[in-house]
Amino acid sequence: MTHDDSGIALAAYGLGKRYRRGPAVLSECTFRLPAGRICALVGPNGAGKSTLLALAAGLLAPSEGAIEVFGSAAGDPRTLPSIGLVAQERALYPYLSVEEHLRIGRELNPGWNERAAERLIGGLPRTWPAGTLSPGQRTRLALALALGKRPDLLLLDEPMADLDPLARHEVAGAIMADAAERGTTVVISSHILAELEPLCDHLIMIDGGRLRLAGGTEELIASHDLITSARDEDEAPAVVLEGWSHTVVGARAAGRTVTALIRPGSNLPQDWIASTPTLEDVVLGYMRNPLAPPLLIEAQSDAVADPIRKAAAL
Amino acid sequence: MVEYRIDRHGGVTTYMQIVQQTKQALRLGLLQPGDKLPTAREVVEATAINPNTVLKAYRELEREGLVEPRPGLGTFVRRSLAGPQATADSPLRSRLADWAALARQAGLGHEDVSAMFAAVLDDYPRHVESVVPAAPSVPAPGPRDGEPAEKGRT
Repeated sequence: MTHDDSGIALAAYGLGKRYRRGPAVLSECTFRLPAGRICALVGPNGAGKSTLLALAAGLLAPSEGAIEVFGSAAGDPRTLPSIGLVAQERALYPYLSVEEHLRIGRELNPGWNERAAERLIGGLPRTWPAGTLSPGQRTRLALALALGKRPDLLLLDEPMADLDPLARHEVAGAIMADAAERGTTVVISSHILAELEPLCDHLIMIDGGRLRLAGGTEELIASHDLITSARDEDEAPAVVLEGWSHTVVGARAAGRTVTALIRPGSNLPQDWIASTPTLEDVVLGYMRNPLAPPLLIEAQSDAVADPIRKAAAL
Repeated sequence: MVEYRIDRHGGVTTYMQIVQQTKQALRLGLLQPGDKLPTAREVVEATAINPNTVLKAYRELEREGLVEPRPGLGTFVRRSLAGPQATADSPLRSRLADWAALARQAGLGHEDVSAMFAAVLDDYPRHVESVVPAAPSVPAPGPRDGEPAEKGRT
């Protein structure tokens, strides 16, 4: 499935992008995404998520550094057949019908799989021009074209945004089924983490064009503690935490209680109660505090020779 | 066949929900030795969760000796958790259902019954000898292999 032996689907090295003479949209991004992961790409609006996906798809060229797909430079013609992209504007031909789009998919992609595409087409009106479809229907068509191509790396820019809750569940199920069956690496962007949390096992968070978090979701959660303690009302939350060797991502006070998200250093003082944060707690903590030092956890590529993985595929 | 229902707001991890629901099915006799677990693909298509989460749960069930992967065939149940009296059609269960009907006649609500059951269960021994004589006079069905740690969050 992969084109090299490293087991890395997507890698960026000092990646930066600026449009014309404008400010940098992305800068100094370095990460490696192992093949077979489902990666949430999160960050506030304008963080650089779409730019990163366009760079990975080879639609844009980096201004600095490099981005690689399965070991080759993104945009290399050899990697293009292995990439499926659903861009935010759902690139479709407005005057061509649903049926004609499927024909384009069939004739332009050597590895085309009609069944994979049909799963998402469902009840779409086949003779209608794409320009007359609703935003949700356009998303389904774009996803059908991307999945029909049988890509090894699927790049999805806000795929759930236009879908109603039932369609969202169906579409997410179809993407996960494809990943379970073929070990597809998936990168899904959204600014709503809650809808991605059950899907992803990896997370990349960018904010202001910089990488803030990267790594497996379990490792990211395990690197943090959510702690609470009482304080004197007039004491600032930061003062309460002073003098301990923890990295404080964020602290908030409500009445006499201080809650803080930390990366634990040494043992906690006795009067603090620690609990495990959710992925959302972690991401929100970093979004609230742009000064929190980034946490990038190098992910190991996953073992392929796993009897459960082989048996559960059947 | 077992069908998983994922509760996204319950505070129990998705992986643990699959482990618990499989054990529940084993306890109730809905899954029996030799039965095949659904494929990872089937589970994720129906529930829209991460495939690695399903694999992790199956791996945990394998570690506990409850299921085994058979190369080329799928993942199969090795061992049941159903005690002789714990299945859906057992006399103990039907007596409990009769008791529930009585409670309803007496005007007890769902929460009243649940609280009463929890109180009785509190006095119930955590570990019961694995071979329980089939005595229909036992007042309530209990956790057969007593796994207190699994009851709460993980």
